[in-house]
Amino acid sequence: MLALIIRRIILAIIILIAATLLIFFGMRLLPGDPVLMLVTKNQQQEFNEEYLLELRHQHGLDKPMPVQYFNWADDVLHGNFGVSILTQRPVADELFRRLPISIHVGGLAFIIGHILGIPAGIICAVRRGKRLDTVITTLANIGITIPNFWLGILMMYAFGFQLHFLPIMGYTSPFDDFWLSTRQLIMPVICLALFPIAGAARQARSAMLEVMSQDYIRTAWSKGLRERTVIIRHGIKNGMIPIITLAGMGIASIIGGAVVIETVFNIPGLGRLLVSSVINQDYPYVQAITLFVAVAVVLANLIVDISYGWLDPRIRYR
Amino acid sequence: MSKTGAQNTVPQETAPRVSEFRRFRRVFLNRRLVVFGMVVILVFVVVAIFAPLLAPYDPYMPDPNYALSQPSQKHLLGTDAIGRDTLSRIIYGTRTSLMIGLIVVSLAATIGMSLGMIAGYHGGWVYTVIMRAIDVLMIFPMILLALIIAAMLGEGIRNVIIALTIGMVPVYARLMCSQVLSIKENEYIMAARTIGASNPHIMLRHLVPNSIPTLIVVITMMLGTTVLAEAVLSFLGVGIEPPTAAWGSMVNDGRQYLLTNPMLSFTPGLAIMSLVFAFNMVGDGLRDALDPRLRGLL
Repeated sequence: MLALIIRRIILAIIILIAATLLIFFGMRLLPGDPVLMLVTKNQQQEFNEEYLLELRHQHGLDKPMPVQYFNWADDVLHGNFGVSILTQRPVADELFRRLPISIHVGGLAFIIGHILGIPAGIICAVRRGKRLDTVITTLANIGITIPNFWLGILMMYAFGFQLHFLPIMGYTSPFDDFWLSTRQLIMPVICLALFPIAGAARQARSAMLEVMSQDYIRTAWSKGLRERTVIIRHGIKNGMIPIITLAGMGIASIIGGAVVIETVFNIPGLGRLLVSSVINQDYPYVQAITLFVAVAVVLANLIVDISYGWLDPRIRYR
Repeated sequence: MSKTGAQNTVPQETAPRVSEFRRFRRVFLNRRLVVFGMVVILVFVVVAIFAPLLAPYDPYMPDPNYALSQPSQKHLLGTDAIGRDTLSRIIYGTRTSLMIGLIVVSLAATIGMSLGMIAGYHGGWVYTVIMRAIDVLMIFPMILLALIIAAMLGEGIRNVIIALTIGMVPVYARLMCSQVLSIKENEYIMAARTIGASNPHIMLRHLVPNSIPTLIVVITMMLGTTVLAEAVLSFLGVGIEPPTAAWGSMVNDGRQYLLTNPMLSFTPGLAIMSLVFAFNMVGDGLRDALDPRLRGLL
C-alpha cells in the first residue's frame, strides 16, 4: 500500500510540472501580447518601441522562455506568484483573497451534487424500469443539457426580478452576514450543482446496473439475504470504485462550471478572475490560477487512486 | 456433405445480420425520446440549411425604429438593442452552432482517434509519450483549456474551432486507445498478422470498423457537448465575434435587458438546450442499440 502511495505521489508531481509547462509555454507561444494589451487598455497614444521594451524588461518577458519558466517556478516555490502585468499588484494577495470564496461556492455545490446525485443513481439502478427510475433518469438527462449560464439567468429573472425571493447577485462573506450570504448562494450553488447531480446520477446508475447483473449478486439473492443486505453489502460496496472515480472527476466539472457561474452571478472568486485575466492576457494571474486548478485536480485524482487500493486489495499488488 | 453444409451455413450466417439490423432499428426507434431527438435534430438541420428562406428579417440589419421592441406580430420574438430581429438571429445562430459542432467533432475525432490508435496499437514508448501528453491535457477541465486557447488566439470562428478541437482531442484519444487495446487481443488480429497483413491494413480494416459502434455513440454525445462549449465561450466573450449570430453571445447580450426584454436571453438559451438534449437522446438511443453487452436485455 505504501509503495502504491509513493508511486502515485511521484507521478502526480510529474504531471503537475508538465501541466504548468503546458500553460506557461502555451501562452507564450500563442499569439497575444500582454504588454500591447496593457498599452491599448490604458489607451496610451504615444508609445514607442523603447517603452514596450522597458515594460517587457520590467516583467522579465524579454528573457528566453526556459529562463522565465525557471524564475517563475523558483518564485512560486518561495510563495511568490509575481506581479500582475495589468494592475502591478502582487498576484498572491488577490489570489488568497478570492480562493476561499471559490472554495465556499464550489465546495457546497460539490457536496450537494454528490449527496443528491449518487443515491439517486443507486435508487434508479435498484428500481430499474419503474416509474421512479424513469422520472429521475429523464430529469438527469435534462440536467446535463441545460446550459448553466442560461439556467442562472432564468433563476435570476424568476426568483430575483419577479418574485423578489432572493438577492439577484453578489457575494457576502458568511462571517459578515450569514443569512444574506446563504440567500445569495442559493442560486449559484444550484446552478453549479445541477451538472454534478445529473452526471453523478446517470453514472452511478449505470455503474450499479453493471454490478447488479454480476453472478455474486444472484448468489446473494439466492442465499435468501434481505434486499437491504444484497444492495448495501454486495451491490454498493462493489459499485464504489466507479462511483469514486466520478466524484474525482466531479472536481473538474465544478471548476469548469465555476468559471461561468461566478461570471453570471458576479461572485468575486477565482473563476471570474481567470476569465478577465485570460482576456487581458495577464500571464501571472493565468499561471497562478491554472496552477491552483491543476493542484486541485491532481490531488483529487491522487485521492481517487489511493482509495482504489484501499477498496480493492487486488490493485495494491499490481 | 460439404455441399449440404454450405447450404446450411448460408442462411445461418445471413440470418443474424438481418435480425441484428432489426434489433438495432427496434431498440433505437422504440423509445419516444430517441425519435423526438431525431426529429429535433432534423428540424435544426433544415432550419440551418434554409435559414435565408425561413428568417423573416436580415439578422444583421439593425432597425433603429424597432430597438428593444417586445414580441409582436411584426417581430415574433422581439428585437435586440439595435433593432435586429431575435427570431432571425436565432435561425442564423443554428448555422453557427451546427457548423462549429460538425467541424470540431470531425477534426477532434480524426486527430484523437489517430493518436489513440497509434498509441494503443504500438504500445511501448509510443504509448507512453502519447498517452502521458493526453493525461496532461486532461488535467484541465475542457472548457478551461478552450477558454485559455480561445482568449489567446482572439475572437473568431476559426479560433473557436481550434480551441475546442484541442479541448476535445483527449476524449477521443483515450477512448480509441482503450478500444484498440482490447480489440488487438482478439484472435482475428493475430490471424491477420500471421497472413502478413500490414499495420495500416490491420488498423483500417480491423481496428477502425470494430470500434465504430462505440465511437458513433461518443461522437453523437460530443456534438451536444461541443455545441454547449461553443455557447459558453461565446457567452464569456471569447467565442464568435460580435456581428455573427451565435446563441451564446445572444444570451450574454440579452442579460442587460433581462428585466424589460427577457426573451432576448431566454429564447437563444432554449435553442441551445433543445439541440444539446436532442444529441444526447440520440446518443443514448444509439448506445442502447449498439452496445453488445445489452444484447438480449433490450
